[in-house]
Amino acid sequence: MSLSRADRQLVTLLRGCALLAAAIVLLILLFLVKESWPVLRHVALTRFVSDASWHPMDGLYKLTPMLSATLYSTLGAVLLATPLGIASALFSRYYAPSLLAGCYRRLIELLAGIPSVVYGFWGLITLVPLIGRLHPPGVSLLTGILVLTLMILPTVALTVDAALAAVPIAYLRGAAALGLSRWGLISGVALPAARSGIIAGIMLAAGRAIGETMAVLMVAGNVVQQPLGLFDSVRTLTSNIALEMAYATGDHRAALFVSGLALMSTLLVVVGTAELLSREPQHD
Amino acid sequence: MKKLGIVVALIVLIGAVWGFLRTKPDDTKIEKLVLTGSSTVAPLAAEIGKRFESLHNNVRVDVQTGGSSRGVSDARAGLADIGMASRALKDDEKDLLSFTVALDGISIILNKANPVEVLNKQQIIDIYAGKIISWKEVGGNDAPITVVNKAEGRSTLELFLHYFGLKNTDIKPQVVIGDNQQGIKTVVGNPDAIGYVSVGTAEYEAGQGAAIKLLPLEGIAASVENVRSRSFPLSRPLNLVTRAEPVGIAKDFIEFASSTQVNDLIEAQYFVPIPR
Amino acid sequence: MTKNSLATGLIWLAAILVSGVFFWLLSDILIHGLPHLSWSFLAEAPRNAGRSGGIGSIIVSTVLILAVAMVTAAPLSLATAVLLSEFTRYDSVFGRLVRSSLDVLAGVPSIVFGLFGNAFFCIYLDLGFSILSGGLTLACMVLPILIRTAEEGLQATPNDYRLAAAALGMSRSAALVHLLLPTAIPALVAGLMLGIGRAVAETAALIFTSGYVDRMPDSLFDSGRALSVHIYDLSMNVAGGDASAFSSALVLILLLLIINSIAMGLAKHWLHRGVVTA
Repeated sequence: MSLSRADRQLVTLLRGCALLAAAIVLLILLFLVKESWPVLRHVALTRFVSDASWHPMDGLYKLTPMLSATLYSTLGAVLLATPLGIASALFSRYYAPSLLAGCYRRLIELLAGIPSVVYGFWGLITLVPLIGRLHPPGVSLLTGILVLTLMILPTVALTVDAALAAVPIAYLRGAAALGLSRWGLISGVALPAARSGIIAGIMLAAGRAIGETMAVLMVAGNVVQQPLGLFDSVRTLTSNIALEMAYATGDHRAALFVSGLALMSTLLVVVGTAELLSREPQHD
Repeated sequence: MKKLGIVVALIVLIGAVWGFLRTKPDDTKIEKLVLTGSSTVAPLAAEIGKRFESLHNNVRVDVQTGGSSRGVSDARAGLADIGMASRALKDDEKDLLSFTVALDGISIILNKANPVEVLNKQQIIDIYAGKIISWKEVGGNDAPITVVNKAEGRSTLELFLHYFGLKNTDIKPQVVIGDNQQGIKTVVGNPDAIGYVSVGTAEYEAGQGAAIKLLPLEGIAASVENVRSRSFPLSRPLNLVTRAEPVGIAKDFIEFASSTQVNDLIEAQYFVPIPR
Repeated sequence: MTKNSLATGLIWLAAILVSGVFFWLLSDILIHGLPHLSWSFLAEAPRNAGRSGGIGSIIVSTVLILAVAMVTAAPLSLATAVLLSEFTRYDSVFGRLVRSSLDVLAGVPSIVFGLFGNAFFCIYLDLGFSILSGGLTLACMVLPILIRTAEEGLQATPNDYRLAAAALGMSRSAALVHLLLPTAIPALVAGLMLGIGRAVAETAALIFTSGYVDRMPDSLFDSGRALSVHIYDLSMNVAGGDASAFSSALVLILLLLIINSIAMGLAKHWLHRGVVTA
């Protein structure tokens, strides 16, 4: 399809804008490398996996328990938030009467804007004692997952809601004409049609979960140990940076940036794999 | 649509012009003093700054946070006029100057519902090292002790370790916290927890009805009064740090902050003024 | 038949569970925050480290930071989304590169954004601790959200529209402005709501960029404390700040309601062309 001259100019402009996003990622990576350099110069990368523990004041830099904590908490939160978020979207699109649906959507939009510190604070004074009665001390991987789920649920709900809104009404009418039940219509037509939107929502939510700093810090316990059970106290890589950055100097500070790099590398691997595995969406 | 577009463009243009025009209005007349560093000292420094501004025309005191280490490095690099640090200067920072403006004691706290009233030094060491794991062993309930420790590098932790002769690698905590408030809320929510936080904050919260109690250390009650009289052994200094001998408004500010004129501000933040 | 009823039941259950938890949270904020709320609270400047006085200057700073962020991010995001959806093949190298970068950007921790923003905007570009630095850093953070949702919205518009427009001899840009964007409004609005929410909720990134100063800002180059930073300081740093923290959180929610309504209204007004859905 050939483009008119106006269109060609548009494309050049748009390409510039798009490359900006990639440029920012590159800048952030460079920044992390620059700040990590002081410690990477004389501490081998393998030591970040093989050292006995994370005690940077004593020169020990084991990152792996925190990496596991990050991965487990993100996975747990995404597993919980995805069905709940999709259900929320389905609720406001297909099940609720329109006034209720509007209110519900409003509620979710509000919750997208509540600061992480409020979620964390609330989690600390309400959730932690509750879970503590179940299994002391109350701060745990589970609490972290629960708070994270709350935080990323609006992302999933709103993106899936928008994706469902974009399903051509012809599909839905056709399905109704064929006599499909409401659930049949949803599971057979609407959800598959909205598939790429749903995936986008999950990716954004996962990103938010991985990058969450403040809330998890208050409810997950922050003990550096490999999470072996849901009730173990854990520390994520981001909480680690937030906890120790204020007082860290020299090698300690640089080591914190290394953990930031570790996180970015994990992200790159995960995103890269997801991108390679994804297929072209269905244009009708 | 075109009309709306023009209106919007005008608004944006006006906004941008306003923004740029207001940038550096009277650069020569307004003197700015920038402090960065410890978030513990920051609220105090901000309040002192406001009072300082009211006494000196055309002076603006901007306080930013970022942590004690940032305060020290910014002071050294000249990115800030004065750095704030909630700890004493380390050996490799001795090329800088520090001025102590207040003290902050450290108190061990237990949940109010815990029947244990006093712990001696060895018991505390054993609890934190993981050798005593149940409250029963020190005269309390038959419940596992939840040890709350501070994150590494923090001056409160350093002082705690130093006083009790422990190394951080010895401690086996169940919960690690960052700020004082997090520590207090953790102990409030857990009847079997033990932790340590700022004396002033703990005293205030306990006075407000929070479910904590402060443990005496070696027979001396943990109170702001005792920190002030130096009879309470565990405390840390709150410092203002400069690269070189301070001059101009930096000098005035530091003198002001070290004077008795700000004692009420220091006490309002639940720190301890230094006897002058 | 039973599958349908089961599905209906489960979905209602999920909605009740979700709204229940959220109401629990909101009611806690209301109960603790309402007593302290008053007109003077909204208008005055903070006193006594925020424990008395109000949050007037903080509200202004927050709105300014948000404005900078959205004014920077929204056009950029729309442009990128349009490019990705309309002018790039889905599996082209360029498209995949940009999309992957966005997904990575979405996962960068907020504190890393804060430290990066500080190093890049405050120090390297010499903007200092300022509303501008904070807004620009936030713009970087919300880019992935805005772009991804907008792109999804555009992707989902029926291809018939594009073909019909081409058949009529419309240029791609004309088809875009008059047909595709208006149809994609729900997605664009959803992205906007999410982006605004994320920007208002962000704490760690702003502490290092727009800063801690709670004075009324004179210009975009002044440091200004955002509501989320204020809430953080009051609840975690200042003894006795809890009451004000809750009230500030309540004000934030009200502010968000207002901003969301305005943003939604504006978006629908600008992009809606009275398109008749087929």
